[in-house]
Amino acid sequence: MTYNFTRGFALALAASAALVTAPVAVAEDWKPQKPVEMVIMAGQGGGADRLARLFQSIIQKENLASMPVLPVNKGGGSGAEALRYLKDKESDNHVIMATLNSYYTTPLRTDIGVDIEEFTPIARMALDTFVLWVNADSDIQTLDDYVAAVKAAGGEWKMGGTGTGQEDSLVTAMLENEFDIKVTYVPFKGGGDVAKNLVGGHIDSSVNNPSEALGFYNAGKVRPIAAFTPERISVFPDTPTMGELGHDLVYWMQRSFVAPKGMDPAAVAYYTEMFEKLNASEEWQTYTTEKALMADFLTGDELQAYFLDERGKHADLLGKMGEGS
Amino acid sequence: MELLSHLADGFATSLSPLNLLIVILGVTAGLFIGAMPGLGSVNGVAIVLPMTFIVPPSSAIILLAAIYYGAMYGGAISSILLGIPGASTAVATTFDGRPMAQQGKAGLALIAAATASFVGGTISVVLFTLFAAPLADVALAFGPAEEFALVLLAFTTFVGLGGDDVLKTIIMICLGLALSTVGLDLISGQPRLIFFDEPGFFSGISFLVLAIGIYGIGEVLYTIETSKSAPTVTPAKLTFADLWLGLKEVNKLWKTLTFGSFIGFFVGMLPAAGATPAALMSYGLSKIMSKEPETFGKGNIEGVASPETANNAASTGSLLPMLTLGIPGSPTTALLLGGMVMWGLVPGPMLFIEQPDFVWGLISSLYTANLAAVLVNLALIPLFVWALRMPFTVLCSIVLVLCIVGGYAPSQKIHDVWLIAGFGVAGYLLRKADYPMAPLVLALVLGPLMEKSFRQTLIAEQGNVLAFVERPLSATFIAISLVFFLLPLLKYAKKSSRARGASNEPAK
Repeated sequence: MTYNFTRGFALALAASAALVTAPVAVAEDWKPQKPVEMVIMAGQGGGADRLARLFQSIIQKENLASMPVLPVNKGGGSGAEALRYLKDKESDNHVIMATLNSYYTTPLRTDIGVDIEEFTPIARMALDTFVLWVNADSDIQTLDDYVAAVKAAGGEWKMGGTGTGQEDSLVTAMLENEFDIKVTYVPFKGGGDVAKNLVGGHIDSSVNNPSEALGFYNAGKVRPIAAFTPERISVFPDTPTMGELGHDLVYWMQRSFVAPKGMDPAAVAYYTEMFEKLNASEEWQTYTTEKALMADFLTGDELQAYFLDERGKHADLLGKMGEGS
Repeated sequence: MELLSHLADGFATSLSPLNLLIVILGVTAGLFIGAMPGLGSVNGVAIVLPMTFIVPPSSAIILLAAIYYGAMYGGAISSILLGIPGASTAVATTFDGRPMAQQGKAGLALIAAATASFVGGTISVVLFTLFAAPLADVALAFGPAEEFALVLLAFTTFVGLGGDDVLKTIIMICLGLALSTVGLDLISGQPRLIFFDEPGFFSGISFLVLAIGIYGIGEVLYTIETSKSAPTVTPAKLTFADLWLGLKEVNKLWKTLTFGSFIGFFVGMLPAAGATPAALMSYGLSKIMSKEPETFGKGNIEGVASPETANNAASTGSLLPMLTLGIPGSPTTALLLGGMVMWGLVPGPMLFIEQPDFVWGLISSLYTANLAAVLVNLALIPLFVWALRMPFTVLCSIVLVLCIVGGYAPSQKIHDVWLIAGFGVAGYLLRKADYPMAPLVLALVLGPLMEKSFRQTLIAEQGNVLAFVERPLSATFIAISLVFFLLPLLKYAKKSSRARGASNEPAK
C-alpha cells in the first residue's frame, strides 16, 4: 500500500506549518508555486526509499524549499512505473525524481518507451558502495579463501541479492566473470532481507551496500571480505579493496535527482541550489560518514554525461549476463 | 531487576501530562483513520511522521505508537458496521463481524473487537518486554523454506474447513493464487498475466481491492436483492448495561484470545509476514479448533475476536525485527524505520545496547497507547453503533462511496476502482453460487509470499524438494499442516459415527 492519499492532508499540514515559520529568502527568479512531488523509483522501506525520505526530512528541517516536498513511491516494475510517470510529466516544474541504478537498467531491460537522455539532470548526491560479505561464523577471512570455497562448492554456493537484473546481480556477475566461478543467485525482496538471511545462515554470501549490513557488522555477525571501491571505505579500514587484491572490480550505486524533460531552466537552478545546500548540511555530511556513502556532488551537463556513460557500461554488463533486450 | 528499572524509566516519560494528552489525541486520530476504508496505520503514521520533528523524540515515538495502535483498533469498526475492511489487517474481521451486525449484534461485535485487540496488544507487549532479544534469533532462523512451510500451514487451516464444500474452497484458493501471480515476477522481473496490456496490472492486484470489491460492493448488491421489498433497518442500540454484558461475554473467550495473541505475535515477528496473514491464520485456526466450526462466517463472536487479537499482537510483533534486525515486518514499520533513521537512530542488533532510552520509551508507550486505545474505543462504540440506524437506502450509498474512495486512496489509480466494481459483481455471483470468499482473499494475501519462498528455496537448494522436510523447523510446520488438513476429516468421521450411534446431541 502507498499512502498517496495522505498527500492532501500532509499538504495542508505542511502548508500551515509554512505559514507559521517564516519562509527563507531565496535569491532566485523562480520559486515553486505548490508542493513539489518527489517520486521515488522504489517501494517503501528499502535503501533508496530510506535515503529519499532522509533528504526530504533534511529539506523540511532546514527549510531549504519554500514549499513542502512530498515523497511518492512508484516502485512498480523495478522503477518502470516511475520512469513512465516522469515521461508523462513533461515541462512540469514541480516534479523531481530520486534515482538509483535501475534508472539505466530498467529501460535497457524492458521496452517502456523511455529515453533517459530526455530527462533533465538535477544533482547527484552520493555514490553508494558495495562490499562482499560472509557470515562472521564462516572460516573465510580473505578473498582467496572465498574464491576457493565457492569453487569447492561446485556451483552450489548461495549468493543472496536483490531482484535479478538489479545491482546485486550485476555485481555477482562481475565476480563470476573475474574469478571464473559459478554461484547460485537467490533473489530477495530487498537489501535488508538479504542481510538477515546471511546472518541466519540461509545464504553463504552477499554484496550488500554498507548501510544495509552495518547494524549486523557492528554486532559482529557479518564479515566484510573486500570492497568494490577504488579506495578503502573509512568505516571498514581493514577491508581491502578489490583493486588492492589485483582485481579491477569497481561498482557504484548512484543516488541522484532528475526532473522531467523541458523543465524551466530557472526551476532547474532553484532545485540545484536546494540540493547544493542539502549537500552542505551537517546532517547529510554526518550520515554519509556513518553509512559509508561517498558524497560526490555533481550537477548539470557533467551529470548527464555521467548518466550516459553509465548507461553504456550497464548495457555491456547486461549483455554479458544475457539480459539486454 | 534491570528490565524493570528500564521499563520504569520509560513509563516516567510516557506518563507525563503532555505525553498523556498526545496518546489520547493520537489514539483517537488513529481510530478514525483506521476506520476509513483504504486508510490504515500506514497512512496514519505517514501523515504524522513529518510532524515528529517539531516535538521531542520521546513524544514523537509516543505519538506514532498511539496512531499505530489506534488505527489497528479502528480497522475493525468499518469491517463490522459496513462490511468493508477498514484496513488490510481487518479483512478477516469482516467474515463474522458483518453477519453479527446484520443480526443486530453490532455493539457486541465492536466490544469483542476492542477487548480482543486490547488483550492481543497487552500479551504481545509483555512478550516483547521479556523476550525481545532472544526472539530476534527466532526471526533469523526463518529462511525461505521455513516461510513457505508457515504459509502452507495457513492454507491448510482454510482448506480443511469442516462446514464448507471442500471442492469449492479449493477452487477459490486456486483462483486467488492465479490472481496473485498478476504483475511483475519478483524473481525474474518479467511481466505476467497483464490482461489487455493494461499498465495498471503491472503492479499486481492488491488484495485490499479484492476484499473491498467482494465484501463491500458484493454485499451491497446481495442486500439490495434480498431486501428489495422490505429494506431492513438494523436494530442497533447500546446502553452501558449492554456494554457490561458484552464484556462478560468476551470474558468467556479467553482461550481464543490467548491463542490469537501468541499466533499473532509470532507470525508478526517474522519479517516477511505481518499483521494481515497473522489475522487470517488465527481466524482459520480458531475455526478448526472450535467445537462448532459451521457457525464461523455466520456471526460467531470468536470469528471477530480471534483475528482482532492476532492483528494487534502482530503489530507489536512486527516491531521486533524492525528494532533488533533493522528489517521492517510490515509497511507501517517500514515507515517507522524511516523515522528512526531521521532521528539519527540505527536500528539493528546494537540498538538495545546503545539506545536503551529510546527502546524502553517506545515499549512503555505501547502499554499506554494500548490502554488508551481500548478506553477511547469503548467510549465511542455507542456513537458508531448509532450510525447503523440510518435507513438502508442512505447507508447503502455511503457504503458504495466509501468503497470507491477506499479503493482509489491507496494507489490513486482509477484502474483499481474498475477492478473493485468487477470484483463486486463477480463476488455477488459467486456468493449466490455458494462459493466461500475467505479462501480467495487468503490466497491472494499469501500467494505471493508462498511463491517467492518456494522458488527461493528451490533455487538455493538446486531444485531439491526434500529441502522442505530436511530442515527441522520447516518439517515441523509441514507436519502440523498435515494434522490440520486431516483433522476435519477425523472430526467428520467421529460426528457421523456418533450420529449413527443414536441421538444427534446438540452442539454445545
